[in-house]
Amino acid sequence: MTAPPSARSRGRFGQALTDGLLVGWRNLKRIPRIPELAIFAILQSIMFVVLFVFVFGGAIPIAGGDYTNFLMPGIFAQTIVFAAATTAIGMTDDVNKGIVDRFRSLPMTRSAVIIGRTFSDVIYNAGILVVLMVTGFIVGWRVDSIPALVTGFLFLLVFAYAMAWLGVWLGLMVPTVEVAQQVIFTVLFPITFLSNVFVPLETLPGWLQPFAEWNPTSTLTAALRELWGNPGTSTSTSLASQEPILVTVIWVIVIIAIFGPLGARRYRSMSR
Amino acid sequence: MADIITAEGLVKIYRGRKSEVRALDGIDLAVPEGTVLGLLGPNGAGKTTAVRILATLLKPDAGRATIAGHDVVRESDAVRHLIGLSGQYAAVDENLTASENLWLFGRLYQLSSAEARKRATELLEQFDLVDARDRVVKTYSGGMRRRLDLASALIGRPRLLILDEPTTGLDPRSRLGMWDVIRGLVRDGVTLLLTTQYLEEADELADRIVVIDHGRIIARGTADELKAQVGGERIEVVVHDRTRTDEAMAILGRIGMGDAGIDEHTRKVTVPSDGGAKRLAVVIRDFDEAGIQIDDIALRRPTLDDVFMALTGHATIEDGSDEPVPARRTA
Repeated sequence: MTAPPSARSRGRFGQALTDGLLVGWRNLKRIPRIPELAIFAILQSIMFVVLFVFVFGGAIPIAGGDYTNFLMPGIFAQTIVFAAATTAIGMTDDVNKGIVDRFRSLPMTRSAVIIGRTFSDVIYNAGILVVLMVTGFIVGWRVDSIPALVTGFLFLLVFAYAMAWLGVWLGLMVPTVEVAQQVIFTVLFPITFLSNVFVPLETLPGWLQPFAEWNPTSTLTAALRELWGNPGTSTSTSLASQEPILVTVIWVIVIIAIFGPLGARRYRSMSR
Repeated sequence: MADIITAEGLVKIYRGRKSEVRALDGIDLAVPEGTVLGLLGPNGAGKTTAVRILATLLKPDAGRATIAGHDVVRESDAVRHLIGLSGQYAAVDENLTASENLWLFGRLYQLSSAEARKRATELLEQFDLVDARDRVVKTYSGGMRRRLDLASALIGRPRLLILDEPTTGLDPRSRLGMWDVIRGLVRDGVTLLLTTQYLEEADELADRIVVIDHGRIIARGTADELKAQVGGERIEVVVHDRTRTDEAMAILGRIGMGDAGIDEHTRKVTVPSDGGAKRLAVVIRDFDEAGIQIDDIALRRPTLDDVFMALTGHATIEDGSDEPVPARRTA
């Protein structure tokens, strides 16, 4: 008995794809079994919508539109940035509960665990976005056209995919789920707030503006506003404000280029 | 028969910021196919590290190991086709049902969907989980979860089954149930590598035992061979009346092999013996004829605890019991 059975015949790529889909299936299957996770993720975003639209909405004037239309693209962007938390927590949990060891003892493609995780989390976040968008429509958010809506939605998912890779790396770096939550909150909260999500860039102190402007949360938000015809276009002449779609695409590439290899290396080095 | 597991000079060092721990410090193993090897040692002895290396989850810092001739580092994929791992680390998904877990692991073992489903059904029947098959695993009892864990390890019909502390944390009844299940698997011819900190468990299940402590092998052999290292059995009698212990020693000296000893404080008189439980009957009869009242009598067989004590100078962590085998169980 030398050559392992079956596996090789389908080819490495076929096996990687099948294994990745199986892991993704497993991740998605878990979601309705732990409904608290999804429910609180959605509630948290709805809370932000409600708080900001009804509490701050009247106090923050927006040139060329109302606050709800200004806010909603930012809420979607913020939600997707926080998607890294879902991935990190899921990854840490799988390592600590011994699921990753089980996977690693099976004759499956090693990368399937990470690839399955990133894809299933994008699908999960797509579901959360749909719920949020419906909430947005209820509180008065409108977009230019259905194709624009779909384009923006897909754009958010591409960004979510990049954040999933950040989450994989973070999840593999921290020892417990609690630490994962702390780290994510400490790192991502300032990033989503030092941005154009809740207030126009011009209202921030001058020294903070360049950071807020190039912050990927801001460029994603600005890109969505541009795609959907929502108000809040910055008067700044920098590339980040003038070409937010391009800059966001660059951010996506940079994030994946950094955290993809880091996460994969971390995963491989678990056997050391 | 050929050795399914070989290991030569396995070393694993965990480096911290200031210190380093030699979790494995030169382990050699050779396990013939179709046998059961018990890897016995207290917490932190290196059992799990050894298992993780053999199961391809961890790379050794030095030495090499093979499973059915395949190197665990260079041919890890081939090795994973041959092994089934279950234990404290390789778990099942508590948010999936038993059927879903088994099907998933079967598919990832590269079985077809139909094969995986068929195999899952067989295992659910074999491990008495049919009624619970569609329940989410987090609702399972500890014993059920262990059975599912074991079933998961068997999904690909492995040639080598590796069980890392299969009964740790189980209540006594579940433990006995688990032993039955494991014995059944061994009868069916699977080769088993088992780690345990329970001496009794190694004695019950393993053909050969390797005792490890601080990352080194300190003894190996069958349970009987290990017990022989700490001497044979003894008869122990606790005499009721302190004034008659001298007479008791004389009687025991006649029946046993060699001189009787006494612990004055507990009034316990002891003599080496080789006659098994039959000698106990003689002791009881002779004491009765002499009119010496016995508070307690036992045939003391060396347990693996004694072995461990003799080898390492310290007791095991879980079970340091030094209880004699009660006469009624051996008579």
